[in-house]
Parts: sequence; C-alpha cells; structure tokens
Amino acid sequence: MIEVIQLHKHFGQQHVLRGVDLRIEEGESVVIIGGSGCGKSVLLRHIIGLVSSDSGDVKINGQSIVGLPERELIKVRRKFGMLFQGAALFDSLTVEENVGFLLEREQTMSPSAIREIVAEALELVDLSGTQAKKPAELSGGMKKRVGLARAIVYKPEIILYDEPTTGLDPVVADSIDQLVVKMRDQLNCTSIVVTHDTRSMRRVGNRVMMLHNGVIHANDVPEEIFKSTDPVVHKFVNGIADPKDLEF
Amino acid sequence: MGRSSDNPLKDALANVGRTTVLFFEAFRSIAAMRFRMRDLLDQIHFIGVKSQSVVLLTGAFTGMVMCAQFYIQFHKVKMDNAVMSVVSVAMARELGAVLTSLMIAGRVGAAMAAQLGTMKVTEQIDALRTLATSPVDYLVAPRLLGMFISLPLLTAEAIAISLVSGMSVAVFLLGLDPVFLWNNMVFYTWSADIWMGLIKAFIFAGIIATIACHKGMHCGQGAEGVGRATTEAVVSASICILVSNFFVTLILNKLLIYQE
Repeated sequence: MIEVIQLHKHFGQQHVLRGVDLRIEEGESVVIIGGSGCGKSVLLRHIIGLVSSDSGDVKINGQSIVGLPERELIKVRRKFGMLFQGAALFDSLTVEENVGFLLEREQTMSPSAIREIVAEALELVDLSGTQAKKPAELSGGMKKRVGLARAIVYKPEIILYDEPTTGLDPVVADSIDQLVVKMRDQLNCTSIVVTHDTRSMRRVGNRVMMLHNGVIHANDVPEEIFKSTDPVVHKFVNGIADPKDLEF
Repeated sequence: MGRSSDNPLKDALANVGRTTVLFFEAFRSIAAMRFRMRDLLDQIHFIGVKSQSVVLLTGAFTGMVMCAQFYIQFHKVKMDNAVMSVVSVAMARELGAVLTSLMIAGRVGAAMAAQLGTMKVTEQIDALRTLATSPVDYLVAPRLLGMFISLPLLTAEAIAISLVSGMSVAVFLLGLDPVFLWNNMVFYTWSADIWMGLIKAFIFAGIIATIACHKGMHCGQGAEGVGRATTEAVVSASICILVSNFFVTLILNKLLIYQE
C-alpha cells in the first residue's frame, strides 16, 4: 500500500505540490493525470524517494520513506520498478546488460540464469533478439519497451510509469498501453501511471486521480472521470482549452 | 544548478561541503569494496592507458625545456654539470605531479564530468537509484580509486621521461658529460623528493575525481548544463590543484625534507 500524506514541494518560488493526499491499495492500477508541469512526475519521484519533500509523508507498506538515508532508500526501492519518460537506458550498456542490470549487480544468479530471465523479459515486450544492440540503435518505442523490460525483470511489487506513451505514434502508444495492462495482469503488481494521454488513461487505469493546482482535484474510476461535470476535469479529459489561454 | 541562491559565498561553501561529503561517501564505498572490479579496470584503462600520449609529451618537453633554460643560467657560473640535478629535483618535487595532474584534469576530469552530466540530464542516474544501486558505488568509487591508482603512476612516468629527455638534450645537444650529469643528479635527488611528488599526485587524484564526479552529478539541465559542468570541473580542479599544492608543499617539506 502507498500513502501520501500532506505532501508539499517547492522548486524555488514555485509551490508545485500543495498538500497532496492519496492512498493506493495493493494490486491497484492508478492513473495520475494533469496538465503539463502540474507536478505529476514530481509526485511519482516522491513516491520512489528520488526527490525529498519540503513537508509531508510518503509511506510504502506502512514504512515512512521521508528522511531515510540513501542506503535505506535503496532497500525500499528494490520493491519498485520504474519506466522513465525517456526510458533512461544506460547508453554504455547493451540491451541485455540494461535489462539484467539489477540481477547482475545482486550477484545471486549465474550469468546463464540471468541471460535466460532477460530473454524472457524481452520476449514479453516483443523485443526478442535485440540483446546485443546498444540503446542508440533503438527507436523511441523500442527504448520504452526495453525500459519496461528492465523495470519488470526482477518482478517488483510496484511499477511506476512516467508518461509511457509521450512522443510515440498512436500504434506504438497502443502497444505500450497493452504491455502496461499485460504487466498489471500477469505480475499482479500495483501500477501507477502518470500521463496526460486520455486514451491511455481509459485503457490502463482502475482508478484515475487528477492533479491540479498542487492537490488531488479528482479521484474516481475512469468512466466517472469522463462523465464528470467538474469544469477542470471536463476541460482536461475533453481537451478543451480555456479561451483566456488563447489570447496572444 | 537548481540549488543556487542569491549569495555566491553561500553557494561556494555549499559546493565545497557537498564535494567533501561525496569524497567521504566514495571513500567508504571503496573501503567496503562496493564497486565492481570490471568498472575499476575500465577506469584504470581510461585514465592510465589512454593518457599515455598526453603524459609522455608533457613530461618529455618539460624536461627538455627546463634543461635548455637552466643550462643558460648555469653556464654563466660554470656549473653546467649540475643542470640535470635541478631538473630532477624540480620535476620530482613539483612539476611532475602538478603538470601531470593539470593535464589529467583537462583530459579525464572533463570526460568524467561530461559522462556523469549526460547521465544526469538523461535520467540515467535516477534510473540507477530506482534499480537499487547507489550512484556513488557504481559511478564515483571506481573513478576515484582508478584515479588514486593511475595518477601517481602517470606522475612517476612523467618524471622518468622528463629526465630521459632532459639528459638527451644535455648530452646530444649541449654536449655535456653524461657521467657527471648522472652522478650529480643521483647525488642531489633524494628519495624524499620522489615521495613528495607521488604523495602530491595521490592528493591531486582525489581532487580531480571528486570535483569532476560532483560537477557531473549536480549539473544543470540540457546541453548547456553539461557544458557548464565540464568547464567548471576542469577550472575548479585546476585551481584546487594549484592552491592545495602550496599547502601540501609546506606540510611535506616539514614532514619529509627537513627530517633528512
């Protein structure tokens, strides 16, 4: 279970998170939506302990991770897998070394066992046979899928997706969405997907939270979010710009 | 840098503090052997083997120039055969370590800051942390230890090549007697002089690797941030080498030279 309690974060003068409260149960698939720059990715980074908050608390299975030393955080992060917006593959390593990175670091498996597990993970994301390639040789969609394979290869309890479909064409975006659903169903893990893609939101989420003005503005199942009459939610899910924003 | 305030002094002190903390974290990681041997060997290859041409050229031409310059002055007082002893002592105690370190700060320090900076802006350092891996163990510790091992060896190599090249100039170009040159050089160069150069190189190794890694890991966004981190790494490391050289010299003079 993930709990975020009254989380505040400033970047300089900008008050990005203004008391975020949320609770995600084990096995849930939650989509966090919101406009560009509203703090979705910052919230995700707080959940995995990559950013320290100004105040508030983040609890993972009841354990507070705020203020934990880096070495303690590393143990907590072992429960997580994360897909970054730009995939964040290690460009000096091959696809196989990227995907098997954590398994190789832990040194609890033989190299042949790691190779086998990596091959299975790559098959799951439809990238068999790409083991020897370097990230620079892959397309954007392939990089995201390798990033996904790297995030799921050690079977984490919680997977975080930071804008998994941003910058991809609709067909590749659809394949990533299907993979997210496949991971959720096959690994039975908790998923948190940060996106502003409303198509993705409908496909992958059991529950949708909308971040607006630094707080969780709406929290409901996708169908209700799409039917919402709240002006902020309605404008966002239907992609309607505020006339004031159109004044040049 | 994302963390800069309006007070440059406060920023500078915070930077020194963070760099010092990074050094001790990396040192703890080395002591606990949390790095991979393969990464260490890669770093020794990158720092030591790939810097050969730079170090050999620096050492050789410094030795030759010093020999030619000192000869002019020494010739006036008929002490031609003492030329190589001065070259030797100067290279062993000062120039070998300082010049090699400045060259390595330019070649390796810049590369380290650029590599880590690029990893930072492309979220690869965050990815490491999400994969339950400490960036200090994986990135900083092998670089620091690789530098600790390589730089004293490169310094010794620069000193040796400067003596060979200086001696060549003295014998073949200036026509001096090699036996007198050699005997004077060996007589006036103490083991303490060599130790001084190697200890300095060891200290400068820590300065270069820690500053370069810190600048890279805390660089600003985008290509501009990486560029600035690279420049700052070279400039800061070079200034720290020159300033610390003075204080290290005072301390080592007290500890090594005056003892003999």
